[in-house]
Amino acid sequence: MITAERKPLAEIIDYIDNCRRILLVGCNECVTVCAAGGRKEVAMLASAMQMDFMKRGKTVDIREMTLERQCEPEYVEELAPFIDQVDAVVSMACGCGVQEVVRRFRDKRVYPAVNTQFMGAAERPGVWAERCHGCGNCLLGLTGGICPIARCSKRLMNGPCGGSSKGKCEVSPEIDCVWQLIWDRLKELGIEDRYEEIILAKDWRTERGGGPRKIVREDLAQ
Amino acid sequence: MERFEPVIVAFCCHYCAYTAADMAGTMRLDYPANVKIVRVPCSGKVDPIHMMKALELGADGVLVAGCLEGDCHFKTGNVRAARRVAYVQQQLEEIGIEPERLAMVTMSAGMGTRFASIANEFTEQIRKLGPNPVAAVRKGQAAAEPVAQVN
Repeated sequence: MITAERKPLAEIIDYIDNCRRILLVGCNECVTVCAAGGRKEVAMLASAMQMDFMKRGKTVDIREMTLERQCEPEYVEELAPFIDQVDAVVSMACGCGVQEVVRRFRDKRVYPAVNTQFMGAAERPGVWAERCHGCGNCLLGLTGGICPIARCSKRLMNGPCGGSSKGKCEVSPEIDCVWQLIWDRLKELGIEDRYEEIILAKDWRTERGGGPRKIVREDLAQ
Repeated sequence: MERFEPVIVAFCCHYCAYTAADMAGTMRLDYPANVKIVRVPCSGKVDPIHMMKALELGADGVLVAGCLEGDCHFKTGNVRAARRVAYVQQQLEEIGIEPERLAMVTMSAGMGTRFASIANEFTEQIRKLGPNPVAAVRKGQAAAEPVAQVN
């Protein structure tokens, strides 16, 4: 999923301080799962914003909405009946959701309420860790299913480096050395000879090196 | 000057604090009428939004009262409640509202005396803090014109 964390309240308030009516929009997908921008978080932020305004003697009307997926136009369309009644939209979706609202409602101010982080997985309740970098050319088949691009601090294709110590990365003792994890996994699978195969220099054009990316499925595209 | 009488919402677990409050009554112990009890099946059922809404809608203080550690009827509801209280306290600090307006307390069903003394102490603590700054505005001003409901 795409992970996110809520921005500090002061930053959000700074965006909308002169607004009287606000549409606060969450998303039922990734940001709900990582507890950053789902229905609950929308309610919490609305309450916090309301209290912040009231404490300063101001009032604000906040309409709370949570869309099924804020990154798809048919769901964003659900905002249309309310959009003219508000001064600004505050989105708790990832950056994709914010920009989809911007694309549909060009004359409306839209502000983000979360910092979009990374593509990750839940290690345990309340803890999410980076797992995929979206490099556009998956290497997991060569590395025992563990990604050195997302999980090695140096994105080494052939590791480990000299900073690996007792299975940990020199950047932080909290970070596992991913090349240690890869080696352990290859050994578990009995295919440690794979480790000897040198992975060639990666073509980064499939990542961001080729500019913003787009997928077009001709059979589905309208 | 008129003495400030705070409104305190106490979310009380059915298995402990609620029964303790009942016992305080049976024991004829005095505790302030400021404490309004909301019975919940477990303190772990109290969501952060319940605590926030209580304060947003004018409560001067909020108590979440659960079982003693290790005694939760649902194993860890009280531990989770304590973490949620700490989280909401952080949120309140960010808004600039005293985090002391919210507290987690624990007791067993037989601790009627403890319930009464906590009710007294917390009421006194909130009285010292004064009225919830949000409540003052709510009483004094009309809200902005609401965004119309559609459907």
